[in-house]
Amino acid sequence: MRIFQFFHRFASPREFFRIAGAMIPWFAAVTLVLLSVGLYLGLFVAPPDYQQGESYRIIFIHVPSAWMSLFVYMVMASAAAIGLIWRIKLAHVIAMSSAPIGASFTFLALVTGSLWGKPMWGAWWVWDARLTSELILLFLYLGVMALYAAFEERRTAQRAAGILAIVGVINVPIIHYSVMWWNTLHQGPTVTKFDAPSIHLSMLIPLLIMSVAFTLFYATVLLMRARWEVLEQEQRSKWVDEYLEQT
Amino acid sequence: MEGSTNSALTAFTTIFRRDIKLALRHRSELINPLAFFVIVVSLFPLGLSTDSRTLLQIAPAVLWISALLATMLSLESIFRSDYDDGSLEQLVLSEHPLSVIVLGKVAAHWCTTGLLLTLISPALAISLAFPPQNLGVLIWTLLLGTPTLSLIGSIGVALTVGLRRGGILLALLILPLYIPILIFGASAVDMSIDDLDVAGQLYLLAALLALSLTLAPFATSAALRVTLE
Repeated sequence: MRIFQFFHRFASPREFFRIAGAMIPWFAAVTLVLLSVGLYLGLFVAPPDYQQGESYRIIFIHVPSAWMSLFVYMVMASAAAIGLIWRIKLAHVIAMSSAPIGASFTFLALVTGSLWGKPMWGAWWVWDARLTSELILLFLYLGVMALYAAFEERRTAQRAAGILAIVGVINVPIIHYSVMWWNTLHQGPTVTKFDAPSIHLSMLIPLLIMSVAFTLFYATVLLMRARWEVLEQEQRSKWVDEYLEQT
Repeated sequence: MEGSTNSALTAFTTIFRRDIKLALRHRSELINPLAFFVIVVSLFPLGLSTDSRTLLQIAPAVLWISALLATMLSLESIFRSDYDDGSLEQLVLSEHPLSVIVLGKVAAHWCTTGLLLTLISPALAISLAFPPQNLGVLIWTLLLGTPTLSLIGSIGVALTVGLRRGGILLALLILPLYIPILIFGASAVDMSIDDLDVAGQLYLLAALLALSLTLAPFATSAALRVTLE
């Protein structure tokens, strides 16, 4: 029961604002440490690839951002569903604060994929299945953000964009497999093969560190954005006035 | 229990008949998507070349993308006029399940756009040097694909109907969701030209139709409740 009480308290905007504010510096510090360790191991310690040479090192940015692009979409859609079903204001705030971050990760995955494609495939852009479904994912994010921005009333905007995010999440696997079936050039998955990953441990460890760092980076930025959004949403409450007077 | 099933069915047929009747009274609005479809398809030979091999190569994509855009531009008519005169609010408040009413409206929309597009598509296909013996596949893909376009589109319209300038936003919302249908539809037509087996794509289109038929009305009614609040 105590955990429910904790969530109940955490879901009140005022408490969220306070707790999130206390959490951000810790999250940011761990993100910074993990990012530097991961980048150092990835860029200096990991050996060059026997086929791709040094250029494969972009994997340490490209793969975590591609993972995050999907993960953030899942978080956004789940938060939107929670917000719509249990009418929790904070869940909507989390969902809508996630959208621009997820779109940025998707954009980063596309840019790094295109930079990697130039030496590997000889072209900046090829209509490869995974790159294309990443592009469509970016369109889905842009749709959610555009719909959220189109409404004047915040509550309607949150709920309408939330419904779109949930519709999108049903479509993400369909789009992924239809595009996959349509065309593929992309190298197969190298980490998610459960029996024996076809990636060497000296490359796998920095990759995993980088993805944890990216996740924590997302958490940090999400809390910062959500805090700002809560402040704006609750601008007529007394505690916001008190807070603004203090600072 | 039986009573409620019957009343839901009555609600469906009443809405369906009403929307069909309204569409038939506005003949020009009925013709517009068809005219758009014809004009867009005929732009391609004008802009590209009249060489029949080139035309045949692009025919599946041109026919499918034009049908998709024509459907998209006609979507607003599902809810727009009802929203403007306030009858949409009455429908939302009615005792019948909103998803059934939505399904009736979408069915009427499909009969007045997707079905008609499918019926005139053979003539346009022939103009793109499409082999007549493969017209069956084209018609089947459009018959299975356009209802899905109307169903997914109804979610987008329901979300944007309260906004004054929803048009371009609607395109941004639903075009990404249309991509799988475009892929399966156009590739089935494309493969039929080379006499390959297209049963797989037709099954997938049918599966997408079944999925959207069962899920889209609920999403649309949830969206309507949000935007009409």
